[in-house]
Amino acid sequence: MPTGVPTPAGTPVATSPAVPSTRKPAGGGRRDQLGSLLFLAPAAIWLLAITIYPVVATFRNSLYDETATTYVGLGNYKSVFSTASIIVNFRNNVIWVVIFPFLVTFLGLLFAVLTERIRWSTAFKAIIFMPIVFSATASALIWRTIFDLDPHVGMVNAAVQTASDWVNPPGLYPVNTSAGQTVAALASTGLSPGASGSLQSTSTAAAGDTVELGLIGINATTLQVVGAQTAVPPSASSGAISGLVYRDFSPSHPTVRGQLFPDEVGLPGLRLTLLRSDGASTASTSTDQHGNFRFDSVGNGSFRVQIDAKNFQSGFTGIFWLGSQSVTPTSHLSQTAQALLSVPLVDLAMIVAYLWMWAGFAMVVIGAGLTSLNRELLEAGRVDGATETQIFRRITMPLLAPVLVVVLVTMIINVLKIFDIILNMAPGSSQGDASTLALAMYNDGFTGGIHSGLSSALAVILFLLVIPAMVSNLRRIRG
Amino acid sequence: MSAVPTAVAPAAGRAGQRAFRFRPSRAVLDIVLAVVAIFWLVPTIGLTIISLRPERFFQQSGWWTVLGAPAQLTLQNYSTLFSQGLVPGGVLDSLTTSIAITVPATLLVAIISSLAAYSLVFGKWRGREVVFLAVVALLVVPLQVALIPVVQMFRGFGSLSGFNPYGTLLGVVIFHVAFGLPFGIFLMRNFLIGIPTELMEAGRIDGAGQWTLFQRVVMPLSLPAAMSLAIFQFIWVWNDLLIALVFLGGNPHHPLTIFLYDQTRTLAANYWVISTGAMVSILIPLIVFFSLQRYFVQGVLAGAVK
Repeated sequence: MPTGVPTPAGTPVATSPAVPSTRKPAGGGRRDQLGSLLFLAPAAIWLLAITIYPVVATFRNSLYDETATTYVGLGNYKSVFSTASIIVNFRNNVIWVVIFPFLVTFLGLLFAVLTERIRWSTAFKAIIFMPIVFSATASALIWRTIFDLDPHVGMVNAAVQTASDWVNPPGLYPVNTSAGQTVAALASTGLSPGASGSLQSTSTAAAGDTVELGLIGINATTLQVVGAQTAVPPSASSGAISGLVYRDFSPSHPTVRGQLFPDEVGLPGLRLTLLRSDGASTASTSTDQHGNFRFDSVGNGSFRVQIDAKNFQSGFTGIFWLGSQSVTPTSHLSQTAQALLSVPLVDLAMIVAYLWMWAGFAMVVIGAGLTSLNRELLEAGRVDGATETQIFRRITMPLLAPVLVVVLVTMIINVLKIFDIILNMAPGSSQGDASTLALAMYNDGFTGGIHSGLSSALAVILFLLVIPAMVSNLRRIRG
Repeated sequence: MSAVPTAVAPAAGRAGQRAFRFRPSRAVLDIVLAVVAIFWLVPTIGLTIISLRPERFFQQSGWWTVLGAPAQLTLQNYSTLFSQGLVPGGVLDSLTTSIAITVPATLLVAIISSLAAYSLVFGKWRGREVVFLAVVALLVVPLQVALIPVVQMFRGFGSLSGFNPYGTLLGVVIFHVAFGLPFGIFLMRNFLIGIPTELMEAGRIDGAGQWTLFQRVVMPLSLPAAMSLAIFQFIWVWNDLLIALVFLGGNPHHPLTIFLYDQTRTLAANYWVISTGAMVSILIPLIVFFSLQRYFVQGVLAGAVK
């Protein structure tokens, strides 16, 4: 495939590196030959010393111990394939290679094709392409915040929370059971735990009685949110059960419970149910601004007042997107099978971040490929009456295939060596489960002094993994 | 790094002859793509806003709530971050360290690649094709393969000569140049091969030597390609974390990527430092991107990505 290079005039022109240069040396003797070799010398020396020799040395080091002095044969490679954590690294490389390159190529193709139809394609392309100039480190930090567990910080969890609250609204007085809080602990005066997370009055009441119910452990933020005001003692009224729900905590008498002080507040907005002695509900109401309530015309019998469970229902508290919990059901499998078959959620979160970084690259390269398609072939197809879908599948796609392969291969090489995004995006708790070969190579080789053996073996494996891509590139260049 | 030889054809100006004509109306497409564009912008906007909000708001409410309270925005984080001055570990010191690594690594790659490409295209020695294919092969070599031996070499050199490049900015630059050269030579060679031989012949007949030809004919003509290469290399080096981590050792001067990495590892992560530092680190690449986008895209198309 021809390589596009900008000509001096600035118009891109396709030249073909596939054809070996056939320029005839125009005379000139040994001196000229020596001269042109001098031009090559700096690059040649640099590449021999800092690239080619070290590659050979790494192959050698991989057969020696960690100080590179004692020959251990294939010992390091045996450790690589028998160490559980390194098998997890391999698995993560496989996840990346299987998912990412195809997704990014597909997105790139989609964007490239769609932008052909809009007028603001230049702006669109710039927006999608922009993240490519950000370091993986900075991008990882951006996305770490986006996926943050706390819905007040992380956008994704904030969005999930909004949706979840809409479907299943949280109570005014949420009790975070996942943080170890219990509804029963809120009961202070006249209350005991009721059915399924509710509270109910300890003693029974009949028409004309008043009930005072005290809750404890309601935090100041909640009081502010609900707009709690000073508690007013309930006044009895005939035929009705009236009462008060208040915060059983007085700043002036912090240790006294069960007594209503002037600096205590009523709890508004609580949903209450009146229960008959057989436990069936007969009426429901809510507390007012001062925490007062009243059940009118209750009739004969004894009743209990229930503070409904939904008052304490906690809302959505966040999904740990950057955690190592597996999205594939592997918990029932053996440990080795788990290591091999689990797909930690953090891997998928990082793949999303990486798509954001690289979709622009795929779009631009595929877009250039689209632009250079042979338009006559497409027109001929149209004239012959082919539908647009047929044209896309039978003409455009086959013509575009080489470009798609180039993007795919480039992205495969890219993710085989993936490093910075994992180091910076996966938190400490899940980094081990998200780590890849390149990260393991760094961790083994360079943390706490330099250890050469195992790390060199990992580097050699990385090198061997890119050989197919190298061969494919060489084939393409030679034609 | 790998090659992405892609065709860049003459700009397609023929309206109506698109690769694929779409059924959905343009309005629908406009809306769909506008939504995509907004999604793509959100992370960058979020980072910008977090860096402009005082830290105390961070855990309280999401950055998006600022849309209702724009008064929260201030440049305070930036002035606090920069007030540390050139202290090792401070953001200003990291900014200058990043520049001190990136500028020489970029210039050296541009110059050495141009010289080598000249030799590969206009030189008169045998085996040029083989050397070029070797360069193509080197394009995809993972730099991990070279790390440990080069560290060992630097140390060996240190015990011989008294100067150990390991732990110095020079060591980082030397390594960067080595892994920038294959792409540089590849890109420049593919460009130079398009320069008409007649131009060179004319110069030769006039008695110009090789150096003169390179300097007077080849260099001016290949400036756009060299620009593409330089921008590409600049961004690559600027964004590197691994090479700096390995070769800086205990050096107190860190480039911006290490500055950010260190912040994430402190126990109480300072989000205002992280986000403000991240903004500082992406500022220069963004300026380069928006002012020289055309060259950057050409660099990406001509060769591609490590």
